[in-house]
Amino acid sequence: MSTRARIAAENRRLLVRLAVAAVVMFGFGFLLVPFYEKICEVTGINNLLKPDTAANTQIDLTRTVTIQFDANIHDLPWQFRPLQTQISVHPGELATVAYEVSNTRSEPVTGQAVPSYGPQLAGQYFRKLECFCFAKQTLAAGEKRTMPVAFVVDPGLPADVTVITLSYTFFEIAGRRVAGDGAGGRS
Amino acid sequence: MAAVMPDHLHGEHHGPTGLMRWITTTNHKDIGTMYLVFSFIMFLSGGVMALTIRAELFQPGLQVVQPEFFNQLTTMHGLVMVFGAIMPAFVGFANWQIPLMIGACDMAFARMNNWSFWLLPPAATLLIGSFFVPGGATAAGWTLYAPLSVQMGMGMDLAIFAIHIMGVSSIMGAINIVVTILNMRAPGMTMMKMPLFCWTWLITAYLLIAVMPVLAGAVTMVLTDRHFGTSFFSAAGGGDPVMYQHIFWFFGHPEVYIMILPAFGIISQIIPTFARKPLFGYASMVYATSSIAILSFSVWAHHMFTTGMPAAGQLFFMYATMLIAVPTGVKVFNWVATMWRGSMTFETPMLFAVGFIFVFTMGGFTGLICAIAPIDIQVQDTYYVVAHFHYVLVAGSLFAIFAGAYYWLPKWTGHMPDERIGKLHFWCSIVFFNITFFPMHFLGLAGMPRRIPDYALQFADFNMLASIGAFGFGLSQLIFLAAVVKCVRGGEKAAARAWEGAEGLEWTVPSPAPHHTFEEAPVVK
Ligand code: HEM
Ligand SMILES: [Cu+2]
Repeated sequence: MSTRARIAAENRRLLVRLAVAAVVMFGFGFLLVPFYEKICEVTGINNLLKPDTAANTQIDLTRTVTIQFDANIHDLPWQFRPLQTQISVHPGELATVAYEVSNTRSEPVTGQAVPSYGPQLAGQYFRKLECFCFAKQTLAAGEKRTMPVAFVVDPGLPADVTVITLSYTFFEIAGRRVAGDGAGGRS
Repeated sequence: MAAVMPDHLHGEHHGPTGLMRWITTTNHKDIGTMYLVFSFIMFLSGGVMALTIRAELFQPGLQVVQPEFFNQLTTMHGLVMVFGAIMPAFVGFANWQIPLMIGACDMAFARMNNWSFWLLPPAATLLIGSFFVPGGATAAGWTLYAPLSVQMGMGMDLAIFAIHIMGVSSIMGAINIVVTILNMRAPGMTMMKMPLFCWTWLITAYLLIAVMPVLAGAVTMVLTDRHFGTSFFSAAGGGDPVMYQHIFWFFGHPEVYIMILPAFGIISQIIPTFARKPLFGYASMVYATSSIAILSFSVWAHHMFTTGMPAAGQLFFMYATMLIAVPTGVKVFNWVATMWRGSMTFETPMLFAVGFIFVFTMGGFTGLICAIAPIDIQVQDTYYVVAHFHYVLVAGSLFAIFAGAYYWLPKWTGHMPDERIGKLHFWCSIVFFNITFFPMHFLGLAGMPRRIPDYALQFADFNMLASIGAFGFGLSQLIFLAAVVKCVRGGEKAAARAWEGAEGLEWTVPSPAPHHTFEEAPVVK
């Protein structure tokens, strides 16, 4: 084989290897998705879909916190409202409230509620033991449902926080990769 | 070193003429020229967008454009400059210079080379054409963050396709460069004898092969989220917009090194020539470049300090980022040490190279400041970051491109560039550059957010100054056009070794370089 032909053959071999590397890296980009979710799960960053545990059950009777409830829907043919606008609790005390949601469309719709808190800092002291936001909710056509939320406000809550707003937004799940598999939205 | 070139090979181009010559050419020099011309056109288009932005920001209030269009301009300015101007310009240099520097007759895959280039004009047409579709161009910022990019109009789809095509072009170009450098070197041209420009491009090409596909994956996920019901990034469907940022910056940070390593290479060629001394610490330059490339994969989240990551993560990315400054510092040290006690002259290429060292280093320092997590939380998304990356990209990558252009123009055209015009270009550029971007540090520290069409009154003076500088800088680039046109048309004849202190195989072939060079490989001693 002449030198030129030998170099050409070698070039082609290297070309194939590098092209394979590029294709592998394309796959790697997609692999980052489950990898990311795993990391969030292991480190507990993305624990929106898991019930909290109330470690400290001591009730702090010396102060009360006002909890306000809010409900929103995002592009969803649902009606969604809290059954009480606000309640007062002592930190450490278990409280249960309820939200009502109804599907106004004439077909089943699946949605996922994502909570948020005001002030934001209160989120880490707000322990939800039971919540409809831990799983996606499927409502049959015209179905109406009342859903409870049980929570404890951690007594570690800074003293200057006297009002906490708990706000839920329901999103429609249109995608195939639905929540509930540990891949929920994040705070 | 000697170039062995039988007379019959000196011949000029033969084959189709006119437009067909350029469309069908597989010659590395023709393709290099096309890349350079293309990138200059894109540079001017991106520049017009930038000047429209600066015109709007000349005064508080809305005068020139509407906010929606303003956002499209900032987005497209970034995309056009990164993917249309800077990256193709460096590929142009690679095409022209790498075969000449290593003594190869052409790139390894000449036909693929033609394809790599000719993918770019359609991609650019898609990108710029997206201004004219309903809803206009994408306005999600050049980083195309989800969820905004998932919600944009069809301009976003065009941008995604353009990125796909440009990505394929870059990957093909990169593969070509790796194979050329690894397999096509002249006898005796060992890896550690290779000019540093080839080394930096070799490493850049590996980075391109590693991360351009990841970007392609990220924008593909945006595309399927937009049209095919997936929810990678839309929180509504259980996806996560922050994950987009992780994937994007896994590409994005190596990308900034893709845009600066070839610049380091060009500067490392020019400084020794005009200091008339060999490069100080050649081997350490090679190792520094490699370590920058490897480290660049572990720092991406310094763009994400405000996404609420855990303190341990912030600390890791903060220290990793600072670690990168060490090899970068080695390079700056070596350039300065090369100049130390050299017999220096300051022709235009050297002026740009020395200007590069000064101003790029300032950009490196502001990068270090951004890398400090507690500070970055203050300056993230402010004009401070805008100042940082324009110091490294304009005064870094772009100035290196100018330096390289003036340096190799004699080899490309056979004429010496006009020193008077070149020096005028340099001084106008460096002065107006600083007038434009230095005030942005103050604006950012005072809290002016980036990517906004209107601002509070207290920012007015510095913005006016920056806008004046920007128009000066923009117009100065016409001087560059004049210098190149003049040099192509005529001027003092360039010798084979156009610059007295220049070393390397490219200076052993005549100027202008004949259409075919090194058909017979030279022997490097
Ligand atoms: C010593 C070296 C460097 C360090 C420590 C550094 C650090 C950083 C950090 C921490 C940020 C994030 C700032 C923020 O968003 O709050 C940043 C942004 C940026 N850097 Fe650098 N950098 C360095 C060199 C470079 C170079 C060489 C380039 C390109 C040639 C570059 C291009 C950019 C760009 C384009 C951005 C902004 C991206 C965006 O948000 O649009 N940097 N840099
Ligand atoms: Cu970075």
